[in-house]
Amino acid sequence: MADPAEEPRAVASTRAVEIVVSLLLLAFAALMGWDNWKSGAGWASDGPKAGYFPFYLALLLGAASLFGLVKALLSRAGADKPFVHREQLRRVMQVLVPTFLFCLLTQWLGLYVASLLLIAGFMRFVGGIAWWKSLLTSFIFAIAMFVTFDVAFDVIMPKGPIEALLGF
Amino acid sequence: MEALGLLLHGFEVLLTFKILSLMMVGLVLGIFVGVLPGLGGPNGVAILLPLTFTMDPTSAIVMLSCIYWGALFGGAITSILFNIPGEAWSVATTFDGYPMAQQGKAAEALTAAFTSSFIGSLVAVLLITFVAPSIASFALRFGPPEFFAVYLLTFCSFVGLGREDKHKTVISMALGLLLTGIGMDTVSGQLRMTFGSDNLLRGINFLVAVIGLFGISEILLTMEERLALRGHAAAISLRVVLKVWKDMPRYWVTLLRSSVIGCWLGITPGGAIAASFMGYNLAKRFSKDKDSFGKGRIEGVFAPETAAHASGTAALLPMLALGIPGSGTAAILLGGLMVWGLNPGPLLFVEHKDFVWGLIASMYLGNIVGLVMVLSTVPLFAAVLRVPFAAIAPMIVVSCAVGAYAIQNAMFDIWLMLLFGAVGYVFKKIGIPLAPLTLALVLGNRAEDSFRLSMIGSGGDMRVFWSNGLVGSITTLALALLFWPLIASGVERLRGAPVKPPMQD
Repeated sequence: MADPAEEPRAVASTRAVEIVVSLLLLAFAALMGWDNWKSGAGWASDGPKAGYFPFYLALLLGAASLFGLVKALLSRAGADKPFVHREQLRRVMQVLVPTFLFCLLTQWLGLYVASLLLIAGFMRFVGGIAWWKSLLTSFIFAIAMFVTFDVAFDVIMPKGPIEALLGF
Repeated sequence: MEALGLLLHGFEVLLTFKILSLMMVGLVLGIFVGVLPGLGGPNGVAILLPLTFTMDPTSAIVMLSCIYWGALFGGAITSILFNIPGEAWSVATTFDGYPMAQQGKAAEALTAAFTSSFIGSLVAVLLITFVAPSIASFALRFGPPEFFAVYLLTFCSFVGLGREDKHKTVISMALGLLLTGIGMDTVSGQLRMTFGSDNLLRGINFLVAVIGLFGISEILLTMEERLALRGHAAAISLRVVLKVWKDMPRYWVTLLRSSVIGCWLGITPGGAIAASFMGYNLAKRFSKDKDSFGKGRIEGVFAPETAAHASGTAALLPMLALGIPGSGTAAILLGGLMVWGLNPGPLLFVEHKDFVWGLIASMYLGNIVGLVMVLSTVPLFAAVLRVPFAAIAPMIVVSCAVGAYAIQNAMFDIWLMLLFGAVGYVFKKIGIPLAPLTLALVLGNRAEDSFRLSMIGSGGDMRVFWSNGLVGSITTLALALLFWPLIASGVERLRGAPVKPPMQD
């Protein structure tokens, strides 16, 4: 897995991530359990109340997470197994951050314009592909998506001011 | 031979220009999905599902199942030419397929893969044609307790038979079941776990979760590993095809064995990936010339591909007959049925004959058309892999977002998809399996409903799950599977043998 050219500098160990995930799941289970306890986790005259089934699932999730937490704390197995290297993390962020921005932009500019920006930007800055190729590809892709979904299959996507200007 | 008549009727339903062209579209899209890294069967089908929302159910399922067949075929192209399994079940195909490509025999390997896939799924479809109707009519007698027992069996077999850490499987499953509970309770109409949010009122749609868990997280993993695509070129000539076909009957034992393994594991929940490995390992074990495996032996392509396709197809049997999906993709097709207003389960065979037999007929036709298509268009699809990943990755992200939004026309779902993508990435890296989560998301509400209906029927008496022979044996079997690892080691200990880890094949 590790690239021989770079010094593998781990950002976190697998064990540390397992501990954090177990804690988060435990908190989630507690929150859900508490909410279901409030909505009624017992029995009514006509059978189990709304919270009955999920309440016990929350208990199950909590128990399994607790088990995972204790196991991760006691074992040293994953302690020096890296979860992700710095270089890998940088590449993951190269997708995750643009995707986040894309979601944000979709809210204001509509999906098609946002996808045009995402594809062109990603090809240019991450892939190092020439501007004209990036713009052309993203433009063709956005138009193709529009024709397929909005026109041919009647699946309506969120749109923004630019589509409104064009009369859609 | 009532089934034959119904099947012929199914072909009649299919043979219209509209459905045949949808079939072609589905196959092409499916092969793309199978070939592209970062897109596999389950999320490919999930992303393309919105395309079918405005169609009638029969056209929709034909197109979607063709996407599925296409993805199964497409997975083999990347494994053989690029040594990258497009799907988890194509991993075993790389063992001998890639060496063959390196030796310049890519065309033979591809022909072998496609043809054996075809044979595997043909066997499984025959099984569906003749067995599914009887299982369905048997299941018509099921009431809520029986259904809950079957759901329990599905969940327990994941925990008991899965190879991951048990607590991680339980985490994944419990999380999925909890998430399906969010929103309005179907029995009492009461709101739960919504925390006052309007967006959570609708509940968490499992398709959105699947697109995030498999689509987005797969892109993140692919970027992390920085795949360098260096493949072999291939074009298949008719001469090569005929040569491989002529040699094929010699391997009939391998083909038959792999088909049987595939069908069996496909019907068992969660067995689809294991099938291809088992087919490969058994072919190797029974071979006279064991050492030639892994060095480019054509039998090493036949065995896993037959098993993988047989199991991928057989996974649809429990989905059609009982409403319980045998694989991730079958789970999404099941979700599709619900979107189109059909209620999956045994009643489907009675109430929607056209639909069921149209689907079964499309399995025959789709596989034949698919075989011809992949054999003739391999160079085209192999060329797709030469497109830089920097162009493909954002396009997949956009397709995922389109799929997630279209399901409920909600912007919130796009954010949810992103969240599930991050969760899926972390879960995969620390070994929490995603399949139980998907299954729980699909079956959660139905399992809860059947549980509560049984409880209402029995007045809260748990003994209803042992109230007759049928439900009692299913429930007992479920519990036995859940504790199977304990039981197995207990038996070993009673015999006085030292407890040792299970034998590796």
